[in-house]
Amino acid sequence: MVHTSQFCTFYLDKLLFGVELKGVQEVIRTLDMTRVPLAPAVVSGLINLRGQIVTAVDLRRRLELEPSPPGMLAMNVVVRSEDGAVSLLVDEIGDVVEVEEDTFEPPPETLRGSVRTMIIGVHKLNDRLMHVLDIEKACQMTDVVESAAAGR
Amino acid sequence: MGDSDIVQDFLVESYENLDRLDRELVGLEKNPDDREALASVFRTIHTIKGTCGFLGFNKLEAVAHVGENLLTRLRDRQLTLNPEITTALLSMVDAVRQMLSGIEKSGQEGERDDSLLIATLTRLQQPPAAVVPNIGNLLIERAAVTQEEVQLAARQQAEGDPRHMGEILVDQGVVRPTDVVDALYVQQASRASSTVSDSTIRVDVGILDKLMNLVGELVLARNQVLQFANRLKDPGFQAASQRLNLITTELQEGVMKTRMQPIGNIWGQFPRTVRDVALGCGKKVAIEMEGKETELDKTIIEAIKDPLTHLVRNSVDHGIELPEERVKWGKDPTGRLILRAFHEGGQVIIEISDDGAGLNVERIQQKATERGVITAEQGTRMTEREIFNLIFLPGFSTAAKVTNVSGRGVGMDVVKTNVERIGGTVDVQSTLGQGTTMRVKIPLTLAIIPALVVTCGGDRYAIPQVSLLELVRLEADEAGKKIELVHGSPVYRLRGRLLPLVYLNQELKLALDARAASNGDGAVNIVVLRTDERQFGLVVDKINDTEEIVVKPLRKQLKTVKTFAGSSIMGDGKVALILDVLGLAQRAGVVTQTRDRAMAGKATESAAAAGEKQTFLLFAGPGDSRMAIPLNTLARLEEFQVAQVEVSGSQWVTQYRGQILPLVRLNVVMEERRSKLRALQGPPAPDAPPIQVLVLNHDGRSFGLVVERILDIVEDRADVKSAATRASVLYSVVIGERVTELLDIPAILRSVDVSAAQPTPVARSAGVAN
Repeated sequence: MVHTSQFCTFYLDKLLFGVELKGVQEVIRTLDMTRVPLAPAVVSGLINLRGQIVTAVDLRRRLELEPSPPGMLAMNVVVRSEDGAVSLLVDEIGDVVEVEEDTFEPPPETLRGSVRTMIIGVHKLNDRLMHVLDIEKACQMTDVVESAAAGR
Repeated sequence: MGDSDIVQDFLVESYENLDRLDRELVGLEKNPDDREALASVFRTIHTIKGTCGFLGFNKLEAVAHVGENLLTRLRDRQLTLNPEITTALLSMVDAVRQMLSGIEKSGQEGERDDSLLIATLTRLQQPPAAVVPNIGNLLIERAAVTQEEVQLAARQQAEGDPRHMGEILVDQGVVRPTDVVDALYVQQASRASSTVSDSTIRVDVGILDKLMNLVGELVLARNQVLQFANRLKDPGFQAASQRLNLITTELQEGVMKTRMQPIGNIWGQFPRTVRDVALGCGKKVAIEMEGKETELDKTIIEAIKDPLTHLVRNSVDHGIELPEERVKWGKDPTGRLILRAFHEGGQVIIEISDDGAGLNVERIQQKATERGVITAEQGTRMTEREIFNLIFLPGFSTAAKVTNVSGRGVGMDVVKTNVERIGGTVDVQSTLGQGTTMRVKIPLTLAIIPALVVTCGGDRYAIPQVSLLELVRLEADEAGKKIELVHGSPVYRLRGRLLPLVYLNQELKLALDARAASNGDGAVNIVVLRTDERQFGLVVDKINDTEEIVVKPLRKQLKTVKTFAGSSIMGDGKVALILDVLGLAQRAGVVTQTRDRAMAGKATESAAAAGEKQTFLLFAGPGDSRMAIPLNTLARLEEFQVAQVEVSGSQWVTQYRGQILPLVRLNVVMEERRSKLRALQGPPAPDAPPIQVLVLNHDGRSFGLVVERILDIVEDRADVKSAATRASVLYSVVIGERVTELLDIPAILRSVDVSAAQPTPVARSAGVAN
């Protein structure tokens, strides 16, 4: 029997990404956000998720993609990290897909930099590639924070 | 029976244990509070019991078991050791020893009857107050029967008479049945009370934390509901939301109480610490504790443990002199270390006092000058208290010799930093030759705090009330003149002293966009804050309100942003950041990270404070007359909407911080023509403007003084006085070059019967009073 796993997919700058479904707490529409002055740029702000204060991470910036066009309302993919819930801001939500293990391939050697640590690899879907995101690495931003602090 | 080798080992081990038990029990009798000895006795009995059960010595196990139960009670402080308990425990030890020798000889426990001993041990487990009096004694007390008659009946019972004591006595005709029934009622009542006395249960801390979080959520939901209620103006809904308000406050307090722990929990280890330190440096120290039962939130207890331990070690090591030296000064060779804890104005004060040498002003001054902390010239201008506070600077130690305990120049600054981190302060008082007192002031809880909410750059920020001194508003036309520049750095003259100004939008690098400018009127709002003994003015766009906020820690991703202490959810459901005043001050350069310059400013501060000036709050009273009260009598300034005012009898009251605040109207109190009073009866007109209230504390009670208008806060000598021209006025003085009436607060309170309203304890936080 082939081992399969489920992914929650979403789009960032027209690229398809996926995080393991079991790590996702919920997906919600745009929420009011409070900006955090002096915080690293990847932190978009804080949101009130039914009484729980959750940090929202601008995933486009985190993955070093083009900044989102002004006026675009991001969706929240709330994931469970070691340090509690974190909201990943994405452009658009895709389907939940079930993939088989043998469609997976690690990222090409030409993918470099900090992005490489966050992208575990890709699943080759029929029509496109789904980037598999490491939730823990994406939420853990000690590297980013330190560089931001040092620059201050 | 088990393997004889095991039994042999058990016997050897047990004999040793029993000998130690004898010694420890006798020792305990002399010193019943010795927790460690008690714990050791408990462990020994527990071991014996466990091994007996394992080897199948059931009788022995039964005896050890009841002994252990009794010791559990002692250990958990439900009982205190008394001679009777000691005797019983010692006879248990004897019984165990006899059984052991029986086992040694025959391998059997022997035919012993220990039921009497077991019964005694079981009986002693009942807390003394809860011992159910037997019916015979009750009847003797009521003089219904004689002692002999009861003893006779008791003998009959012992010989196998199955009847109850009461029945026997009635059958013998020595007592009336009604007396027995009465006595039975009494007995029943004392049984019921005995179950109340041990009505505690253990609860997982995780559950309490969760409850606390939920209550936090409820507080937020309550705030939201209250906002709706004010907007909707539906009386039914308003009443319901007020009830919700009160219940929530009570629930919040109740849940907070469950997380409270007595400070004795961390003091418990201090006698040992003191003993070790004293022994190490050849001193004799007796430790005394007052207010062990003073309760603090669990998280705070954990946070202050280390700072307190350090202060205690320091007192023994540096404060208290060597015995010879003490004798030379005519003191008892044994030094005294006194720990005191008590509540004061919503905070907890912990004092660590010693009767040692005290701080030497000259030596500290000399040392500080040597180290370049202060200049010699500054030193001469500093007050004694300021010099004492130099010991909290990093790298400062006056100890002549460095010991392994303290005096290495690290410590006091760490103590100060740690205490300040939880919103507390440390202060030192000392008299040379007589001793030193360290005073630590800490908040009761960290989870829910009062805070001032301000707006800057379109976002709201919460400022913890503990750092807040006062608010200053400069109108647009005066702002330009009153904010001056010292080589480019803005300052404001606050009562003649330069207050450095920090613009929040600049510090937070907020873009000066349209939202920030929407403030429009050009007025400048200054929040005067104090941190680390320094004052500074924080300029914000708008000052919203004070609110009780639920503190939520920031996640790891934001931990490096030192300007924020946490976040909170506001009444409208949006998130607001809580400013870390110390972090902000450090960022703005008001407080340098090493604190090395802190003292320079302090010297000028004290110079300005010289001269016997008093600070007054000026306000307009009835008929626009100019009036004042000393600022230190003021707890807070509030503005209440007319809808919030209720009438109780002829007294105006309002619900304020979960209490009923009587509102004293100056225009009523000072109105001389009584006929006009009628018009002032009843509630305020619904369309009236909001009322201005000075919240004052007098004799441990809070009340609000309704005035026309708040004018200003001024500092003045106020030495030109003339006698009062009307009641409720102490005298007329010249403040700010104008004649001002100084109110006689006790007289005002006498003239109105505020006692009719519910007495309220002192308001939990003094916002403005310094």
